[in-house]
Amino acid sequence: MGMNMSEKILARHAGLAEVEAGQLVICNLDVVLANDVTGPPSIKEFEKIGRPVFDNAKIALVPDHFQPAKDIKSAELAKIMRDFAHKHQIKHYFEQGRVGIEHVILPEKGIVGPGMLTIGADSHTCTYGAVNGFSTGVGTTDLAVAMATGKAWFKVPEAIKVELTGKKPADITGKDVILTLIGMIGVDGALYKSLEFAGEGVKELSMTDRLTIANMAIEAGAKNGIFPFDEVTKEYVEGRVEQPYEPVAPDADAKYVQTVNINLSELTPVVAFPHLPGNTKRVASLKEPVGIDQVVIGSCTNGRLEDLRIAAEVFKGHKVHEHVRCIVIPGSQWVYQQAMHEGLLDIFIDAGAVVSCPTCGPCLGGYMGILAAGEKCVSTTNRNFLGRMGEKTSEVYLAGPQTAAASAILGRIAEPKEVA
Amino acid sequence: MELKGKVWRYGDNIDTDIIIAARYLNTFDPQELAKHCMFDLDESFARNVQAGDIMVGGKNFGCGSSREHAPVAIKACGVPVVIAASFARIFYRNGINIGLPLLEIGDDVEKIKAEDVLEVDTGTGEIRNLTTGDVFHAHPLPGFVQEIAQAGGLINYIKNK
Repeated sequence: MGMNMSEKILARHAGLAEVEAGQLVICNLDVVLANDVTGPPSIKEFEKIGRPVFDNAKIALVPDHFQPAKDIKSAELAKIMRDFAHKHQIKHYFEQGRVGIEHVILPEKGIVGPGMLTIGADSHTCTYGAVNGFSTGVGTTDLAVAMATGKAWFKVPEAIKVELTGKKPADITGKDVILTLIGMIGVDGALYKSLEFAGEGVKELSMTDRLTIANMAIEAGAKNGIFPFDEVTKEYVEGRVEQPYEPVAPDADAKYVQTVNINLSELTPVVAFPHLPGNTKRVASLKEPVGIDQVVIGSCTNGRLEDLRIAAEVFKGHKVHEHVRCIVIPGSQWVYQQAMHEGLLDIFIDAGAVVSCPTCGPCLGGYMGILAAGEKCVSTTNRNFLGRMGEKTSEVYLAGPQTAAASAILGRIAEPKEVA
Repeated sequence: MELKGKVWRYGDNIDTDIIIAARYLNTFDPQELAKHCMFDLDESFARNVQAGDIMVGGKNFGCGSSREHAPVAIKACGVPVVIAASFARIFYRNGINIGLPLLEIGDDVEKIKAEDVLEVDTGTGEIRNLTTGDVFHAHPLPGFVQEIAQAGGLINYIKNK
C-alpha cells in the first residue's frame, strides 16, 4: 500500500520499509530542539538519566522566549542552558546577538531540511514541514530522553490531505490560508493527525507562506503539517541545508482519512477573534468596527523578511494611528539586518513603530508588549487564548502582516486596501 | 491505582496558557507553578483544590503550547488524574511521560458535573460516578505506552531498561 509523506519519513527513520497509521515506532532523530523555557527542565531530567548527549551536532538550543533576559529568574534559565551548551559543546547554541526565534533560524540556517525528522520542546516545531520535513513538538521529558538517546517514539498519524487550488490573490498571505483552514476544520479538526498539503495551489505559495502555514498546524491540533518538495523548496534549501537530505513525495495511492479543499482565489484577508485561532472571520464581513490598542508584527509565525516587506509596503507614507502602539520584531539577526539594508526599518520607525531585537517576547505574554485589562491587539502571532498576551480581559486578534499593518494605521481591524 | 476524589469541571479547549500562563514560566519549580494553576479561568482553583481532587475537561484538553509545566502544575496541585473527552496530543504525551494518568472517555464526559465524586481505577480505566451511579470506561493506552505509565514516567522507564 502507498505511503504519504509523513509515513515515509517515519518509516525511513525507524529503519522500516513501510509503516501505517496507528503503528507505534521508535525513530532516530536528525535534530533535537529546545528553548530557554523548555530547555532548563529538560536538562534537569537529562542529568537524571546519566548519559552523555547522543550527538552534540544534532542538538539546537535557542534562548529566544524570555531573552535578552526579562528578569532574574529568566536570566537563571538562560544560564542553565548556556552552561549546558558549553559543557557539552553543543554546536547549535545561539547567544544573544546571534540568536533569533527558534523556528525562524532553524530553517534559515539550514539546520532542518527535506525528509528530516525533528522534535522540539516547543509546539511550533511543526514549522519545518514547510521544507518537506517531519517535525513535531514534545515536552521536556521527551526532549531529555532524545538528548540522551537520539530517539523518540511516535504513533504514526492518520493524514488529512489539504488540496490547494486556484491562484492566490496578491493581498493574501500564508496566514490567511492557515487561519481559513483552522476556521474550516476547528482547533481540534486535525487532532493527533498530520496535515499534508497538496495540489496545484502549492506552487502559488512562497517559502515564507509555507513556513507560516506549517507553523500553525498545531493550532488545528495536528501532530505535523508537511508540504511536498518542489522548485520553491529546492531553491530555498540548496546550499543552505548542512546535513545530507532526501526529499519525500506521497505515493499515488497514499492513504488519507479526509480531504479538505481550499480554492486560494476565493480567499480574502481574515482575522481570528478571541479566544481561539479557529474563530476566523473575513475582515470585510465585520459589521462593527473593532478599535485596537496595539499591533504586533513578528513571531515564529510571521517574523521573516518577506513578512516585514509586506508590512512595510502597507506602511509606506503612513503613520501608526495615534492611539495605537505598533511593535515590529524581526525574527532573526539576519532578518533584522536585511530589513535595515532594504530600508524597511526606516519605514517602520518613520511610521512611529517600535522596532525590537528578535525575541518571542509578547506572543506568549512574556514581555515587550504585555496588554492591560480590556486592551485589544491585532497580532501576527499564533495564539489568541484567554490571557495569552496579558491581563485576562485583554483580547488578541490574529492576522497576517498586511492586515496587521493596515489595522495599525487605521486604529481598527482593517484590510490593506482600506489604506489609501 | 484506585483513586477517589471530587470533580473540578472545565469545558472544551482548555489550553496550556490557562493551565499555567507563560508569565509564570520563568521557573520550573512544581510548587511555584501549582500556585498559579488555572488562574486566568478560575482563580479559586489553586486556592481551594484538595489533594486527591480530580480534574475533568471537555474536548481537546491541554491544547496549545508544549510546556510540560502544565501537567506538572496540575500534578503538583495534588490532582492524581485528569479525565477529558479528548486530549491535545503533546499534553497527552507529557502527562504519560511525567506519570500523570490521563483518561479519555469521549462524550461520556457530559455525565460528569462539578463536585461529583468519582472513583477511578487508572489500571483498568474504569470510572464510577458515585454521585450519579454512572460507570464509564476510558480508552486503553496503546502498547509500550502502558509500560511507560506503569514505570511512573519516561525517565524511570529509560533508566530501568
